[in-house]
Amino acid sequence: MKKFVVVGLTLFMVLAVGFSANAKTLKVGLDADPVSLDIQVQLSGGMLQLSHWSFDPLVRWTQEMTFEPRLATKWERMDDLTMRFYLRKGVKFHSGNPFTAKDVKWTFDRMRKSIDYKGLIEPFVGIDVVDDHTIDIKTKKPYALLLNMATYFFPMDSVFYTGTDETGQPKDAIVKIGPSFALNNSSGTGPYVVTSREQGVKMVFDRFKDYWDTKSPGNVDQIILTPIKEDATRVAALLSGDVDFISPVPPQDFKRIEKDANVKLETINGGRIITFQMNSERRPEFKDLKVRQAMVYAVNNAGIVKKLMKGTATVAGQQGPEGYAGYKASLKPRYNLKKAKSLMKEAGYANGFECTMIAPNNRYVKDEKIAEAVVQMLAKINIKVNLKTMPKAQYWDEFDAKVADIQMIGWHSDTEDSGNFSEFLAMCPNKETGHGQYNSGMYCNKTVDELTMAAQSETDLAKRAAMLQKIEQILYDDAAFIPLHWQNISYAGKNNVGIAPVINAMNFPYLGDIVVK
Amino acid sequence: MFAFIVRRITQAIFVMLIISLIGFAIKNKIGDPVRDLVGERVTPAERAEIRDRLGLNDPFAKQYVRFLKNAAHGDLGLSFFYKKPALEVILSKAPATMELVLGAGLIIMLVSLPLGVYTALRPRSFLSRFTMGFSTLGVSMPVFLTAIMLIYIFGVQLHWLPSYGRGETVDLFGNGWWQSGFFTLDGLKHLILPCVSLASITLPLFIRLIRSEMMEVLESEYIKFAWAKGLPPMRIWMVHAFKNTLLPVVTVFGVQIGIMFAFTILTETVFQWQGMGYMFLEAVERSDISLLITYLIVVGSLFVIVNTVVDILYGLINPTVRIAGRK
Repeated sequence: MKKFVVVGLTLFMVLAVGFSANAKTLKVGLDADPVSLDIQVQLSGGMLQLSHWSFDPLVRWTQEMTFEPRLATKWERMDDLTMRFYLRKGVKFHSGNPFTAKDVKWTFDRMRKSIDYKGLIEPFVGIDVVDDHTIDIKTKKPYALLLNMATYFFPMDSVFYTGTDETGQPKDAIVKIGPSFALNNSSGTGPYVVTSREQGVKMVFDRFKDYWDTKSPGNVDQIILTPIKEDATRVAALLSGDVDFISPVPPQDFKRIEKDANVKLETINGGRIITFQMNSERRPEFKDLKVRQAMVYAVNNAGIVKKLMKGTATVAGQQGPEGYAGYKASLKPRYNLKKAKSLMKEAGYANGFECTMIAPNNRYVKDEKIAEAVVQMLAKINIKVNLKTMPKAQYWDEFDAKVADIQMIGWHSDTEDSGNFSEFLAMCPNKETGHGQYNSGMYCNKTVDELTMAAQSETDLAKRAAMLQKIEQILYDDAAFIPLHWQNISYAGKNNVGIAPVINAMNFPYLGDIVVK
Repeated sequence: MFAFIVRRITQAIFVMLIISLIGFAIKNKIGDPVRDLVGERVTPAERAEIRDRLGLNDPFAKQYVRFLKNAAHGDLGLSFFYKKPALEVILSKAPATMELVLGAGLIIMLVSLPLGVYTALRPRSFLSRFTMGFSTLGVSMPVFLTAIMLIYIFGVQLHWLPSYGRGETVDLFGNGWWQSGFFTLDGLKHLILPCVSLASITLPLFIRLIRSEMMEVLESEYIKFAWAKGLPPMRIWMVHAFKNTLLPVVTVFGVQIGIMFAFTILTETVFQWQGMGYMFLEAVERSDISLLITYLIVVGSLFVIVNTVVDILYGLINPTVRIAGRK
């Protein structure tokens, strides 16, 4: 008997070694790890990354900003308010349960209960199950961004999340603070199963054996995700070979990574616009169009991109980046100090004035340095700015309270569409509708409001694009805000890691498809 | 002895109360914890509702009394980020920090004792001069700079030592609580750089302290008497001089251990060492209030305990010192 055990164990060990020689492990170092396994508890970049690794959406964005079928294989418009999705067959959840239309509906209904998601899916009436693999998604009004929103539908395993856990709490409860079943357990259809998780320390994902996408080139069997918050340490971890893949990469280290023959850098325009908003209710001078224009002309945003961002951002003259429906190529960045000075003179402020500014110091890439640079640039047209920077934990309350005359904000459109910028940043602030929620400049223009609303229900894409471009033109002419740049997203990895094909503007690296040579 | 300990515990409770009060007073200044829990689309009204549910909108006195009441029952609140009791989170992070401090303490002892004694006995030798010069440099160098330099040299350039984290750990008590890095090669390798960085802050101080104390003792009458008596040098140095040198060193060591715990915040951040210090800094950034206050209380009690132990040790090393209350 003992002999058998010994032989068995030896055999097992040999096999295990044999397997591990082929098994590919990818060590990933990110600035943060997902806060929960419950993908609907919080709407944030980190949680959506997890959603793409452990779950699958109905459709997803490609690098070219087109839609790629995932759990929905095709879709067709039934009428103005209804879109029919045909679901993939033979898909299994991590728990072994089969994936059906019921799960999509269940997931959607649960999203309604999440305060983070309910705003996002507000335009929808709901989902009707047609048969086991067909659903109808219905909207309240004709809705142009239905497919954009379908990238947020990550079907969860309805059977797995039904019932109560040992504490008697329903398994599908969405709990922000405190224990819940979904916080520590998950079952999706995605390429990776979470096998262990120690929050803030380490997360291990194993390739899902029964993953439906057998055509995926991805060949990584295990991902070990370690949050490395400190920029310098994250870069050092890659350079010393402790991890294979990192993101984000701080601009000051780009040169070092490019110089190192063992690693490579990849960047992609992430579409997050960095702007300053000028509050004309606090500061009467800002009511004057010429003053606002002068300020836009005075800010050398191309210089900021070159000097501070080390070229890892795209200079902006409008809200949405190229590729978005509302992008208008003629709206160029306009730095012209001479013109700025003469505009100030025309406005009667040749001697300038004094005002205040706030900016975060740990939210956007180089945020504090950018604010300092802008202060200096505005000083050249005699606007003396008193700047206060603070950590993001304190910043947003101050931002909402509109404590300063000029405030910094960065915005990424979660629908990957131009309209979203206007809805949150440029529409007249309205507590009831929630429009203009982050418009601390109090800019208010009826035409912009009307166009933004109309674009939301316009399903003719050409007409819609024209509306969105008109908005950009108005905001540009009005100098509604000071545009700086769109931040790039940066990744770095060892040479054998195929980063370029799996990254996208949303910062959801599709690690399921990553190839390690 | 008993009276002494009782007095110390009373003092400790008083210190805890003050710390918690200070913690409570600053908590509204460090930001809104709810921001970190919700997405950008969540409206201000919904955020206010969450704050209400968490009791963050209650008046200060009401919140503090509620906190004290719960604390008396051993409940220090729930960490918003970890979604677990704050004390549990801190206790789970404590072993990592303890190992770091222990490792640094060992380095300090092993290096400062021989070097301190040597520089006192041979003040003019090259090694002594070099040590003293180097220690001046060490004292004036901030710990994060030392740490980054070490990472750059030994991690990035030479590839000898890992640059972050704890590496492979061993479960010490079989319940998953104390994950130790002291028993695997990989774990030990991960310990070296952080421990050296942490030790670098106080190591020069100890070398200098031991040196000056030793020199002073060597000048004293009873040492001269010992020389006159013709005792062998080793005996004079080690038994008579060195033992008396240790007295102030032990006291300072006690205080410095507390200070080292404070410096773990920086060291752990640079090395992404998953201990209490790193957790504290993250908690500040996320305004994870319960976790912050609990950390302050735990570290505060640690200070009190260490100082109490040092006072007791003091009495043991030097019987002529009488601890108050021990008659």
